[in-house]
Amino acid sequence: MKRLPFEKPLSELLDKIEQLKTLSQTEGIDLTSEIAKIEERADAVRRDLYANLTPIDVVQIARHPNRPDAISLATLMLTDWTELHGDRQFADDPSIIGGLGLMGSHRVMLIGHQKGHDTKENIYRNFGMPHPEGYRKALRLMQLADRFNIPIVTLIDTPGAYPGLAAEERGQAEAIARNLKEMAGFRVPIISVVIGEGGSGGALGIGVGNRLLMLQYAVYSVISPEGCASILFRDAKKADIAAKALRITASDIYSLGVCHGILPEPLGGAHHHWQETASTIQSACITELNRYQSWSSDAIIEERFQHFRKLGPFIENNEPANMPTFC
Amino acid sequence: MSIVDWFAKKEKTNATSTKLNIPGDVWIKCPSCGEILFQKDLESNAKVCPKCQHHFRLSAFERIELLADPTSFVEVDSSISPIDFLTFSDTEPYQARIHKSQSKSLSKDAVITGSATIQGIPVQLAVMDFGFMGGSMGAVVGEKITRTIERGVATQNPVIVVASSGGARMQEGIMSLMQMAKTSVALQQLARVKVPYISIMSDPTTGGTSASFATLGDINLVEPGALVSFAGPRVIEQTIRQKLPKGAQRAEFLLHHGMVDRVVHRKELPTTIAKLLRVLMIPTGGAHETTPL
Ligand SMILES: [Zn+2]
Repeated sequence: MKRLPFEKPLSELLDKIEQLKTLSQTEGIDLTSEIAKIEERADAVRRDLYANLTPIDVVQIARHPNRPDAISLATLMLTDWTELHGDRQFADDPSIIGGLGLMGSHRVMLIGHQKGHDTKENIYRNFGMPHPEGYRKALRLMQLADRFNIPIVTLIDTPGAYPGLAAEERGQAEAIARNLKEMAGFRVPIISVVIGEGGSGGALGIGVGNRLLMLQYAVYSVISPEGCASILFRDAKKADIAAKALRITASDIYSLGVCHGILPEPLGGAHHHWQETASTIQSACITELNRYQSWSSDAIIEERFQHFRKLGPFIENNEPANMPTFC
Repeated sequence: MSIVDWFAKKEKTNATSTKLNIPGDVWIKCPSCGEILFQKDLESNAKVCPKCQHHFRLSAFERIELLADPTSFVEVDSSISPIDFLTFSDTEPYQARIHKSQSKSLSKDAVITGSATIQGIPVQLAVMDFGFMGGSMGAVVGEKITRTIERGVATQNPVIVVASSGGARMQEGIMSLMQMAKTSVALQQLARVKVPYISIMSDPTTGGTSASFATLGDINLVEPGALVSFAGPRVIEQTIRQKLPKGAQRAEFLLHHGMVDRVVHRKELPTTIAKLLRVLMIPTGGAHETTPL
């Protein structure tokens, strides 16, 4: 498994463990107690590292190639999961997936950005960067869900919508904008979960929900730290400073009032334990979906509207308005 | 500030630059055809090059002057001002950028909003100002545009938004992104009460602005030559590692790809808007009640 730059102190211990394991196998010596001792130390080091993460460290975890993807999570969280394809207009975009299934006793339409875990998969999935047809597929499936009164769960994990000429020709801006407006009007509850990278408008395009939850090491940002560094800081190498300034971690997004809850990840990140991560997301979503069981469609629409209406601090007549709690 | 004060200030600045008589202030080279234009001629021609029809950028108040019936514009929400709630600092603190932009501008942020009439039709109007931090959308722009849409819901007046914006204001972090959602959610409410919304895209309309209210018009109009895109041309050129074809992401490209209803010359905008609204606003049943031929 890929080790992240900030895990360097851990890396040496993990190498040592592997060496001892190989040695014990090839030489037939029992090194169990030695290995256990180093594993204990490794755990302590890992706990220490993960207790002191900087925002750019969190970005690396959010982008880890082995992070659980939307389809795998759907398979782990849902029974009777059936993937559905296509926008009925142009194509089937593999960067956004969707389908029907049961989450506990709840019927759900699950929609998510889809990344790959290796180069081949990532090329097929376009690194999780959708074209307009991806957003239009998501819209078609959400409209289907709305018609049959099926709640919607969206899993957000994208570096952003794809910036290419073909995407522009087919109306990338309009496709995203349309989703924002239409999601606002659905009569069913929408629960959105940022499972990895929440990359700007490309993330928001399936993110106008009643509730927004974030995995502990997920990030959500208006621009990538690298993009912000090169535009505002005039130095692409200042991504770590930009990551801090932009306030993109789950706890920042929570204190800004943009997300409603943080879902804890296993020690070392979600990529170490997909099943545990899936269970966490599933139980959080079920709790949320239970809330809405007796709600009217008007109340559901109104709740979603009120959430977004109050976002964005400003000063009016010398009085601050919409200030988040931490400011 | 009322539009009267603005004209007073505008007269004053014009007087100063004339008196200084710096050639650069009086003569402007058209970036499109290279023609040397006398600034006064350009201004009296709606800032459109008389030779090649290149549309120069307008400030928000210049735009209002061209769009709204004389003296009809009444500004609202002019006291809303940005706040540096993240204490954001890049090469310069955000607070300093706000001060600098406000001291150069007649407004507190990148949009002016209010009510007006266009050829006699009452409208709720929001006009963005590219001159204020690149017309970037932060919480103030989001709030004022949302209120404009909400006034459309309350008054049943059609909503007109003129976009001119480089996208989201990064200095406000995730909150700038949320303004895309906030304005789009408000447009869903407007759509429900069946009040028309006309979006006018001027140069440039990109990023978060194009991916929210600007492309959501019941009718989308765009000025000739305007750059309208989700991703900027430079970002795309870096991605696809080749030069974009000439005219890509410009108004005519958008028309060709079905993204806008019309490309409209700046001078034709009031007439076009009024014509559309007159038809759209005929009460339900009115048109059907006339005897068919
Ligand atoms: Zn010219």
